[in-house]
This record gives sequence, C-alpha cells and structure tokens, in this order.
Amino acid sequence: MGLLSLIVFLPLLFAVIIALMPSDKTVRLSSLVFATLHFVISLGLLFKFDSSSAAIQLAEQIPWIPEIGVTYFVGIDGLSLWLVILSTFLTPLIILGSWESITKRVKFFHLNLFLLQTAMLGSFLALDAILFYVFFELSLVPMYFIVGIWGGARRIYATMKFFIFTMAGSVLMLLGIIYLIFQVDAQGGALSANVLDFYRLNIPFIANDFLNPQTLLFFAFAIAFAIKVPMFPVHTWLPDAHVEAPTAGSVVLAAVMLKMGTYGFLRFVIPMFPDAAAHWAWLFMLLGVVGIIYGALVAMVQPDMKKLVAYSSVSHMGYVIIGLFALNAYGVTGGVYQMLNHGISTGGLFLLVGMIYDRTHSREIVKYGGLAKILPIYTILFFIITFSSIAVPMTNGFVGEFLILLGTFQANPVYGIFAATGVVFGAVYMLWMCKKIFFGTEGELMNQTKGVLKDLSLREIVVMAPLVVMVFWMGLFPDHFLNWSKPSLDYLVNNRENYELTLKDANQNSQTKTALIVEKDEEEGETL
Amino acid sequence: MSHSVLLSILLLAPFFGFLFNGLRFKSKNVQVAGVVGTAMVGISFICSVLLFSQLASLPEAERSLRAEYWNWLNVAGLQIPLAFVVDQLSAVMILVITGIGTLIHLFSIGYMSHDERPSKYFSYLNFFVFNMLLLVLGDNLVLMFFGWEGVGLASYLLIGFWFTDKEKAAAGMKAFVTNRIGDAGFLIGLFLLFGEFGSIVFETLNAQAPTVQDMSWNSNLTLACIALFIGACGKSAQIPLYVWLPDAMAGPTPVSALIHAATMVTAGVYMICRLSNIFIAAPNALFIVAIIGALTLLMAASIGLTQWDIKKVLAYSTVSQLGYMFLAVGVGAFNAAMFHLVTHAFFKALMFLGSGSVIHAMHEEQDIRKMGGLKKHMPVTHWTFVAGWLAIIGTPLFSGFMSKDEILWMSWHSPLGSWYLWLMGVAGAGMTAFYMTRLMALTFWGESRVPSDVHPHESPTSMTLPLIVLGVLSVFGGFLGIPHVLGKILPGHPPNFFEHWLDPRLANIPGLAQANITMEWIGIAISVTTAAVGAILAYRFYIIRKDLPEKVTSKIKGLYELVYNKYWVDEFYFGRIINPIVEMSKGLWMYIDVNFIDKITYWTSDMVKGAGSSVRSMQSGNIQQYALLILLGVVVVIFAVVMG
Repeated sequence: MGLLSLIVFLPLLFAVIIALMPSDKTVRLSSLVFATLHFVISLGLLFKFDSSSAAIQLAEQIPWIPEIGVTYFVGIDGLSLWLVILSTFLTPLIILGSWESITKRVKFFHLNLFLLQTAMLGSFLALDAILFYVFFELSLVPMYFIVGIWGGARRIYATMKFFIFTMAGSVLMLLGIIYLIFQVDAQGGALSANVLDFYRLNIPFIANDFLNPQTLLFFAFAIAFAIKVPMFPVHTWLPDAHVEAPTAGSVVLAAVMLKMGTYGFLRFVIPMFPDAAAHWAWLFMLLGVVGIIYGALVAMVQPDMKKLVAYSSVSHMGYVIIGLFALNAYGVTGGVYQMLNHGISTGGLFLLVGMIYDRTHSREIVKYGGLAKILPIYTILFFIITFSSIAVPMTNGFVGEFLILLGTFQANPVYGIFAATGVVFGAVYMLWMCKKIFFGTEGELMNQTKGVLKDLSLREIVVMAPLVVMVFWMGLFPDHFLNWSKPSLDYLVNNRENYELTLKDANQNSQTKTALIVEKDEEEGETL
Repeated sequence: MSHSVLLSILLLAPFFGFLFNGLRFKSKNVQVAGVVGTAMVGISFICSVLLFSQLASLPEAERSLRAEYWNWLNVAGLQIPLAFVVDQLSAVMILVITGIGTLIHLFSIGYMSHDERPSKYFSYLNFFVFNMLLLVLGDNLVLMFFGWEGVGLASYLLIGFWFTDKEKAAAGMKAFVTNRIGDAGFLIGLFLLFGEFGSIVFETLNAQAPTVQDMSWNSNLTLACIALFIGACGKSAQIPLYVWLPDAMAGPTPVSALIHAATMVTAGVYMICRLSNIFIAAPNALFIVAIIGALTLLMAASIGLTQWDIKKVLAYSTVSQLGYMFLAVGVGAFNAAMFHLVTHAFFKALMFLGSGSVIHAMHEEQDIRKMGGLKKHMPVTHWTFVAGWLAIIGTPLFSGFMSKDEILWMSWHSPLGSWYLWLMGVAGAGMTAFYMTRLMALTFWGESRVPSDVHPHESPTSMTLPLIVLGVLSVFGGFLGIPHVLGKILPGHPPNFFEHWLDPRLANIPGLAQANITMEWIGIAISVTTAAVGAILAYRFYIIRKDLPEKVTSKIKGLYELVYNKYWVDEFYFGRIINPIVEMSKGLWMYIDVNFIDKITYWTSDMVKGAGSSVRSMQSGNIQQYALLILLGVVVVIFAVVMG
C-alpha cells in the first residue's frame, strides 16, 4: 500500500480500533494519539512530494469495476497537497477541542470523525470520478450522524436541509460522470472513469447555444460543487447546519468539507470544461461577488454568533470562487490560499465560539458584553483569529484576499471594485460582534455567571495555539506554502485549454491503463 | 554599524517592546512597562539619527539605504520583497516618528500612572510605532499597506483602550471601519498602478511615471491617483472620511498626540509625496486633492470655532491642518506639505500633550468652560502651550508660519493653484487664529471657572520635559526650512535646508514660473494680518467682552447650530447610509434567505418526497432517500453498461 492509501484508510483502521475500546476515556485519548500520528504521517507527503512538478505524484491504481472502467486511483498534486494536510492538521485539534463538550456516545462520535476523515481525504486524492463520487457522498453520512446526534434543538431539520441540498446537486454530477465515461469509450475505445482521461476528452462547445454537451456538463458539475461551497443563492443550508452542529461538526464542515466544493471547481470543472468555464466565468464571478456582499450584510444582522460566522463563510467562499474564476495566476493562487486560510480562521472561530458556549450555553450576542475584562486570554485569541478573518496584513487572510482582489481586478475591474467593498463589510460584522461581546459593560450572561466564568484552560490554549502559529506563519511566509502548489497552479492557468496531467513515478498497474493514456504516453513520453 | 543592522534594530526594538509588554499584559507596574516601552522607541530614535547621518554623508545622488529581508510573495511576475529603504523622505519621517514617539512615551509614564493596565498600553503604543515605521520604510506599496493597516489596527486598539465604556469602543470601531473604506480605495489604486506599470515598487513607479501630464479624467493613471487619495482621505481624515478623527479623542491623550496628530494621520500626505512623480503626472487627480484639502481645512476650522471640549478643538484643528497639507500636495508643493507635516507634528503634539497635562490636572475634565486661569497653576504647561499657539496661528518666524506661508504662497503661485484655493487657505488661517486664541483664553487666561473641589497642579517632570522639548521645536523648528523670500532678508541669507534635502526625492512642478517677490510679500502680509485679526477678535470675545460670544451666536443662531453640530454629517451618515444598509440587510435575510430560497427548497423537496414515496413504500427518512438515489445511479450505470 502506498503512502496515499495509507493516509486515506488509516482513519478507518483507527475507527475499527476505537470501536473495540471499553471506556470513553481511552477512546478520547487514543483518538487524539491516532489523529496526531495521522497528521505526522501526512507530513511525510512533504518529503515525498516533488514541488517542482505539476504532474500527479505518488499515484496508485488498482482495478475495481473493470466492466465500466472504474479503478481505485489516487494521486496527489499541488492542488490537493495542502488540503490533505489541512484536514489531518485540524483533526487532532477538533478531538482535543471536543474533549469536554461531547459526553454522550463518545465512541460513536470519534468513529464518525474518523470515517469522515477517510471520506474527505479520499475526495481530495481520488482521480477516478466514480471513486471521487463515492467518497464525496460518503462524507455526508458521518456528518449526518454528527449533526443529528450531537447537534442542537433543531438538528433533524438542519440535517434534512443539508442532505437535500447536497444530494440534489450531486445527482446531476453523477449523470455527468456517467456521460463522460461513455465519452472516453467513444473517443478512445474503452470505458474509463479516470479523471486524467476526462481531461483529454474533446467535448464540443458552442458559445451561443446553451444546449451543447460542454455547457450542460459544466453546469452538472458546477451546480453540485456550488451547493457544496456554498455559493449564493444555494447557501441557505449552511447557516442552519452550522447552528445545529456541535463544535466539531462546524469546524470540519467549514474548514474542510466546504473546500470539497471549491476543490471540485479546480480539479474538475475548470480543467475539464475550459471553454464553458471561460464562457460562464462572468456568472460565477457575479454570484461570487454577490455572495461576498450578501453574506457580509446578512452576517452583520445575525443575533447568533455561530450564524454570523456561518454567513461570514458564505462571504469568504465567495472570494474563493471569484479568485478561481478570474482564471489568472493571481486569482487562482489567491483562491487556493484562501481555501486554506478559511480553514484556519473559520475553523478557529467555530472552536472559540464553542469554547464560550461550553461555559455559558448561549450564543446570543446581545447577552454578552464586557468579556474582555473577564476572559483576557480568550479575548486575545479571538481577536487574532478575527484579524485573520478580516484579512489584516501579516495574517494569512491578507495574502489570499490580496491576490484574489488583484486577480479579479485584472480579469474584470468592476467585479474587483465590488469585491473590494467586502473588505469594509467584513470588518464591520466581525468588529461589531467583537464590540458587543468583549467591550462595553458586562452583559446579562456575565452577571449571571459572575465569578464562575474561567479563562481558557491549558487544553483549550493548546487547541488554539497551532492555529495562531499558522495565522502568522502563513501570513508572513506565504511562499513556504505556495511554492509547493505553484507548478500545478501555473500549469492549470496557462494550459486550461489543453489540460493534461501525467503521472510521476507511477505505481499503477499497467493493465488498467486505458487506451487514451497509452496513446498519449507514447506520443509525448515524459513531458512533465 | 552597517545600515541593514541599524534598520533591523530600528524596526525590531519597538516590536520587541510590543511583545515584552504584551506578554505581561496583566502587570500593573507602570514603571517597568513605561521604561521598557520608552527605551525601545528611544533605541529606534538613536538608530534613526545614525541612519540619517549615514545618509547625509553620502553624495546626494546615492542617498538611499536599502535592506531586504526575504521575498514575501512571488506569484507570476508579481514580486513583493520585504525590503525597507531609508532615503531623504523616509529619513525625515523616521526621525519625526521615533523622536516625537520617544517624548510621548515618556510623557505617558506620568499620564498613565493611575491606569489599571499600563503594560497593555505601552505594548499597543510600541506596536503602533513598529507599524508606522513599516509604513514609511517599506520600499513598495504592499509593504506600505502592511503598515497602513497596522497603524489603523493600533489606532483601533488604543482609541478603544478604555473599552468598558461603550462609546469609546464604538469610537475605535468607527475609526477602523472608516479607515477600511479608505483602504479599499488604496488597494484599488495599487491594483491600477500595478496594471499600468507592472510594478508596485516606489522607485520603479516614480521612474516610470510619464513625464507628459495626463490630462484625461478616466485614464488608469488618474483613476489610480484618485483611488489612492481615497485611501489618504481615510487615514488622514479628509472629507468625506474625516468623521472618525474627532471621535478618536476617546483614546488616552498621549495617543491622540502621537497617532492622531503627529504621525499616523499624516500617512496620506506622505504616501502622495512618496509617489510624487506619479501624482504630478495626473493634474486632474491633484486638483481633486487640492479642492478636498481646501474644503476640509475650512470646514474643520469652522467647527473648531464652536467646540467646548479641549481635545475636540485640537482634533478639528488637526483635520484642518491636514487639509493644508493636502492643499499643498494638490498644488504640487510636496516639499511644503512635508515641511508642514514636520512643523505640525511639533506644535500639535505639543498642544495635545499640553491638553493631556491640563486634563490630568483637572481630573479628567475636558470642557474648557470649566477651566480658565490655569496659567498660574501650571506655568510650564501654559508657556509651552503658548509656543504651540504662536506657531499654529502663524506668528512670523515661528515654525507654523514658515510652513503655512509656504503652502499659501504655492497655492497661489503654482500653475496647479489658483486664487480661490489661496483665499480658502487665508480664510482658514484667520479661523485658526480665532479658535486657538479662544482655546488659550478659555483654558489658561482670564479668571478661573474651575470647580472648587478640583485643585489643578503642574504635572511631574516626566510630563513637562517632553513639553519643553516640543516647545523649543515649535518655536525654532521652522528655521529648518526658511522660505527663500525670508532667507534673503535674514542675516547670513540662510538657505532652505529642508527643501534642499528633500528635493531629489520629490517631483518638480512643471511650468513653475519665477517667484514674484513683491507678490509673495503681499501674500505674507495679508495672511499675517488675517491671523492677527482672528487672534485679536478672539481675545476680545473671550477676555475683554465676554458677553459678545453670546450676542453674536444668538444673532446667527441657525448657522451657529449648524456648525456647532458639525454640519450634521454624522447624523447624515448614520441616518441615511448606515441604518438603511442595516435595515436592508435584515430584509435580505428575512425575505431572500428565509422566505424565498428556503421556501423554494421546501417546495422542491416535497415534490421529491412525493415522487419517492410513490415509487416505494418504505418509511420515509433521509438516509433511505439518499440510498435510493445512489441505487438509482448504480442502476443507470449498470443499465448503460449492459446496453452498451
């Protein structure tokens, strides 16, 4: 088994092991150890990964359903590398963050967390469309349980909404995948769900006609991912899911699962349907800009902290989308960076909101006030993450927002100017919340909990410290991270029209290679 | 020591101070916090002086010391090095920032001696100095923006320093958000310049700036300059974004002196001077700068005539004086703007610290109606304040005179200037003399109106020492840049050192005619006379005929109310812009999210559910639905395979 398969399936093994454990305490402790171990193993990628190549690396391919050309095919490149590490980085923090707040069915909770981890990592690493689809859908199941069992009062409603939205989109995508499998057959002589084959397909595109294969396929995929991101106007499932989810659910959802949507645009939509993507870029940029402003405005009037952060996610993910659809190096690079930033800052905000909720059992902003005086360490951490979220220079948030705005401005100055207003609104809703929670006279809740409200424990500081380090590391040395992805991003931007990925040091079974790959390999050899 | 080592120490000393005091934020020991905080800025000041002397020893053409640390970002042709440059322009700024900064830190030790969290205070203050140094030293627009936002952040934290007071916290937020509006403009200007010139490095931009003036309104160059000026309006409190500065007086008074008078608020002026070759090529943008500057100086000065809060008077005065600086850059007189920036830093920091000394003595009272006759209780504060007063109203040979008359003359003489800009400047000078004399009269002179339970006393040496130093600078600082017309009649014919020093870094005004000496003297005579009239009038109003203010204001009640209430601008912003946006946002949430998108979803899902239950008779539930859909998909695939 290769490193990638190990990374994908190790959490499953962990799940099996903890299923056999007797007490909650050992489950928690071993989950934490396992997740940390998993993170360390995933850092092995940085040693094996060749950052100068845009090719698919560390690929593994095994036949799965040969009748329809489906294989177990995983590989990694600059697009997926940091997303994988982001998810393994956050899991131990999530487990430690839920240490005291999850008290019922502890074992099943951690089991779901590990299952979710496998599904997410599988989605980022799968290079077979059906395999991707399976992981993509599989991720819904543990999330369904996490929200449905450990969630708030309206959890059933929220899970249902979450499910219906996501399902509705992915059905279309499945049809699209099936069509593409047959197209490979038609154009290359064999059925294949290999994404690399999909890239090579010649899909007809007619600019002025909606009903042409590429446009239809583009929308089939784009809608599925747009819901996942979520983009305006299909974002309404997100605030409800976040409000009802336990802290761990919110963090995973915001920090990693939403990225499956934006990653889908990068991996599938833009390179597979380049003409349609360029043709419809205006629509996605428009919706992205609307999302930025709309999300920020609605966030501004939220009475509930979690809902505010959820709407801020809509706004931030709007930035990612306009960055990707700017289709130039600045926008795409910024978009990819913003995906990571959002994981850190929004993940951090949800953790912090969870910490105060554990103490007061309320997320109503008006009930707070004057917290800065009572919980100084909590306040400092909250402000640092806030500054990252509103993209203050020297934090990670600035790098992403700056590049995205620059790219958008070059693609279309009008969108650039509107997107730049998000810089103002972002500051408004976050600082407004901070002002009401931390400043002023002590609020209703503070009076009720006088004397018993304690500042962050060592455990909670340990949870937040890595995030704070990342905020500044990624803000001051963006090249430490971007350098790994640059070849892949540059290649995507410059060769969108004839995007092809080759395999580097392939580990695959040559029998499963389809006609298309063999042909191309013979033609071009090791081009990358 | 090599310049890169000096530069590193210059930057890192205040950063270290920030960390040191920040990590022991709970400490109540004002001595430790204050001494460390002051020492760090003092070290920076020594570095600045050494760097300045290194720079001065170089031949004029080579006066630029650069240190590069690492490449911050490198994406597709956009290279942003983390590099800092000390040249003639930034050398002046670092001397002002660290020099005045040290004095204000020292003053703060006394001023904050009764505060509960002195460590936090000095930590923030050091953080500010660090960011201000980034702003002026950065060799490109992005690094300047680092400092630009950083000082905004420090300002936010310090304005809301006493955050348990809701209004002070709100003032901090207002400052940050208003500045952010400007920052969005700054970013847009940056993008436009990058698109036009393919660089964001100041030196490259200035070198590539077109030498022919761009007369169009909608060229990238003109738009970029206007967008950058919006950024300057935010940071330097110009119309329409000035509203945060008066509120910013909620912060501790030394903060007002350092951030909201001497340094941060001048960042916009500095930025335009830094890009002077770019701006001079866009005369239409400069015209906007000049007009906004002139309008701001008049508007703010008029409000200053009516305010009762000692800090508010000084705040509006600052807005007004910044207006003069923008008037100067707007007519291409970058040198005069920089000179006024420096002299203003001296006398305004002095007066803010002086007001701090008064407020400290008056037990936090800021209303000048409850003061009067403080001269005899606080002689040092009074006499240093007098120095600042004489400087700001433009008493000949005092620092403010030298710089302000240079601006007035250029607003007339420059081909970019005009008679009405000059007239607005002169009218502003008259009002300045009036409101400053009024402030002096009500605070220090006349009989005491101090409540009987307050016993004003002179402040300790740590507070009066900075006042004395700044007082001396306010009186003699002007001799750094003696206007040519004056130099000619002074013994020894001293040259204008300041202008000579900055000249290689600043753009020249194209088509500037030879100065007409007679005209220049007439201009000086008119502005000095106007100021004298303003001062005498105020003295008469507030010392001799104390019934007059009442009589005059009741005659022009409507106008007085309008000005006293600051032209209702805040009310307009809140009532007509902010509240409608908030209401609209609530509407968006309720009507679009909850009642539109969600309704459609429920309706659709009901249909799906209906369809589902008609196919099978299993109990309903989402997992089942989900499984069904997956199953359907698989069936389709298998079907397709079989058929295929």
